[in-house]
Amino acid sequence: MLGEKGFRKLADQVLSKSKADQTEVLLQAGDSALTRFANSYIHQNVAESDAVVRLRVVIGQRTGVATTNDLSADGLERALETAMLVAGLQPENPNTPPMPAPQPVPLAVAFSEATANASPELRARAAGVFCTLAREKGLTAAGAFRTAIWEMGVANSLGHFVHSAGTVADVNSVIMSDDSSGYSEAAAVDVRHLDVEALAAEAVDKALRSRNPRPLPAGEYPVVLEAYATADIVSIMGYLAFSALAVQEGRSFMAGKFGQPIMSPSVSIWDDGLDPSGLPLPFDFEGAPKKRVDLIQGGVAVGVVHDSATALKDGVASTGHSLPMPNPQGPFPLNLFMAPGTASPEQLIAGLDKGLLVTRFHYTVPVHPAKAVVTGMTRDGTFWVEGGEIAYAVKNLRFTESYLDAFNRVEGIGRETRLLVSRFEIGGVRVPAVRLAGFRFTGTTEF
Amino acid sequence: MRIVRRASRSITVKNGEVASLESYTTEGFGVRVVVDGAWGFASSARLEPREVDRVTALAVEIARASALFKLEPVNLGEPVAHVGTYRTPVKVDPFSVPLEKTLDLLLAADSAMRAVKGIVVAESSAAFIREEKTFANTEGAYIEQEIVETGGGLQALAVGNDDVQQRSYPNSFGRHQGTAGYELLEAIDMVGNAPRVAEEAVMLLTAPVCPSGVTTIILDATQLALQVHESCGHPIELDRVMGMEAAYAGTSFLTLDKLGTFRYGSPIVNITADATIPGGLGTFGYDDEGVEAQRTPIVREGIFVGYLTSRETAARLGQRSNGTMRADGWNRIPIIRMTNINLEPGEWDFDDLIADTDDGIYMEMNKSWSIDDKRLNFQFGTEVAYQIKNGKMGQLYKNATYTGITPQFWAGCDAICNRNHWNVWGTPNCGKGQPPQVAHVGHGTAPARFRNVQVGVMKG
Repeated sequence: MLGEKGFRKLADQVLSKSKADQTEVLLQAGDSALTRFANSYIHQNVAESDAVVRLRVVIGQRTGVATTNDLSADGLERALETAMLVAGLQPENPNTPPMPAPQPVPLAVAFSEATANASPELRARAAGVFCTLAREKGLTAAGAFRTAIWEMGVANSLGHFVHSAGTVADVNSVIMSDDSSGYSEAAAVDVRHLDVEALAAEAVDKALRSRNPRPLPAGEYPVVLEAYATADIVSIMGYLAFSALAVQEGRSFMAGKFGQPIMSPSVSIWDDGLDPSGLPLPFDFEGAPKKRVDLIQGGVAVGVVHDSATALKDGVASTGHSLPMPNPQGPFPLNLFMAPGTASPEQLIAGLDKGLLVTRFHYTVPVHPAKAVVTGMTRDGTFWVEGGEIAYAVKNLRFTESYLDAFNRVEGIGRETRLLVSRFEIGGVRVPAVRLAGFRFTGTTEF
Repeated sequence: MRIVRRASRSITVKNGEVASLESYTTEGFGVRVVVDGAWGFASSARLEPREVDRVTALAVEIARASALFKLEPVNLGEPVAHVGTYRTPVKVDPFSVPLEKTLDLLLAADSAMRAVKGIVVAESSAAFIREEKTFANTEGAYIEQEIVETGGGLQALAVGNDDVQQRSYPNSFGRHQGTAGYELLEAIDMVGNAPRVAEEAVMLLTAPVCPSGVTTIILDATQLALQVHESCGHPIELDRVMGMEAAYAGTSFLTLDKLGTFRYGSPIVNITADATIPGGLGTFGYDDEGVEAQRTPIVREGIFVGYLTSRETAARLGQRSNGTMRADGWNRIPIIRMTNINLEPGEWDFDDLIADTDDGIYMEMNKSWSIDDKRLNFQFGTEVAYQIKNGKMGQLYKNATYTGITPQFWAGCDAICNRNHWNVWGTPNCGKGQPPQVAHVGHGTAPARFRNVQVGVMKG
């Protein structure tokens, strides 16, 4: 870890030597450790420490980028030379946005000393909670427990300087019998907020209840999706549709629909990198301050996230959602939230006369991006519900469904939300469970 | 201990602009230890004596923590003490080629795609990687390797009324990659193929949706490469079979009781794992445990006969590792990864295969992929499909999908094209493990025919 002082020294070293019109120094550093268990013992246990500097130079309207983890004076000088060389070889790009000017960045505290100081033994003992409880119930445990410190800084030759450091801890588990499995997952800034006993109990309980699964034919069924599955829907929507570039290129389901209802009125989704109940990050990879962006408000399409390039094209300000610039992917919402409803978990299930309770989705991919049609499997606990109560476990099902259509069939939303690490590894997503009037299952499997 | 230095250069041209041109270098070391019969691993970017001491001590501390919850002590089998070197043979070092030359090529391909009316996004890209690795262990192994990769490709996106259609070349998601030099980029003729790719993307907007039903399908070699990857390559990873990946992408239907007896496919199905094929993206000299690259039978005449193994998992079967442990850089622990998992060629000429098919659908190039957590129920979508009627290719279809259960699907394989149609396709984005690791793997395939397959699950 360099710290703010170390990063300022490094950035000054680069910026003072650069002869480019604009120069940006992006630091991404961290110490991460992960303890992994399977078959109810620790089979993998790792730690890493790295610091990467990405230099972006702009000469006229030509951009060059070089990235290195050699932070010695020579290493940085070589990277700067490479970036300059790369820029000099490029054709002019008239759409090159200027780097952010100096501006205040709000504070978003995401650091926990407890997480930063987590020892291998702490992680091992947490893994042991899952393994021991599983063994006691005649089950086997698999999963991973991670603690990490991250550090990020952006400095540019216009005088903008931002630096932040944070922590994250997350755990996931799959508890198995010979014909069933259960799942639990959680993330937090402070490792002490991960209730491993409760998480182990949740996955064990699900594994026990999902024994003796029966086959169920494919078809359209009403469903209750636990938060793990909701998170997949919201995350994939973020990937497919909530970026200004996707709208500009006409491939987002938001394109041409702003101000119109496109989902059930009970659905509100936003991105907020400053909310302490998420995994906060106060600025983006250009150093632009994060702004809360409402994406869906009461089912109505209201906004998308911007980086400096899409903002320039639309004549608006960046919302602080860039990935390292320049890039072909465009801006990205990394801190997604979905508004909770009022239903308890029992009330959500009680609303199903006949339908399915789905714990989570597995291996989901877009089949038709413009319509947000996604396929994937259910996993780690799929249940048939009758008369508002779980009747029995069923074998896993494949779905092929438009996530947009699915969120037009929302009948109920849970009052509790869960914070999970984004499926894209950076950032988080906090969402509730939902009940949908129908969900299209297109295939079955053998377990 | 492994010391790894990776340099890469990636270039993407999008809609006439250089969307990214990036040079990347990373170096560091990783130390893997067994202490008290349990694993520990630690790594750092600072290759300095004091840091090596700190990281090694940390790896030992981590291993001691692992030992708190272990069952059996780690058994690695026979010692591995190879001393050797390996270098990817290349004709033209891609890092020696002037950047302007690659940029000109990508801009020309981009321009040719955008010349086709209806193309909203044109993207062409190239990537070059050089990885230098030094491996040493306390058993006496000392290995130096230099792996060079070159890749490139293009993708055209056409946008219509509530519809987006894509075409890629030469492989899906805009890239084919191999252990090769710049000659790979020149051989694939991106500029020459760009107009066709763009025209096909636009044609798809008005094409009818692929019909639903159970029929005969013929898959092109690139789609078949991903079919092999998902439904054969992943389930034969012995760490997955033994439950090590259970909490992430799942386990495998190919349980230990099936080795040597299970009918995986029809008698014409022969699959090998071959890390020695020139040019394959899963080709190397030694794996990251110091075991030499090998060619191993996986499916012989339809019967499942072999797994991908590490030293530890092989020892549990009383075998010797077949050398598939690879790490995604210095900061990751080696895990079992595919090498080049190949469907061996058959005897058919492609035109004869189409002529021999009365009624069916030809599907080409992957667009979407998903498989369950035991690698049984899969669903793939392809960029294009064509009707086959009375031995001739006909109507173009869009949004084609097919689905199946792995052993049933491979049991329906009744024809595989010959070596003239066979190529080792590179998959540079194979994800596995926690923390996540991306592996570069290869698949040798030729077009093949499958009977009684469910196609078409899209509504419209």
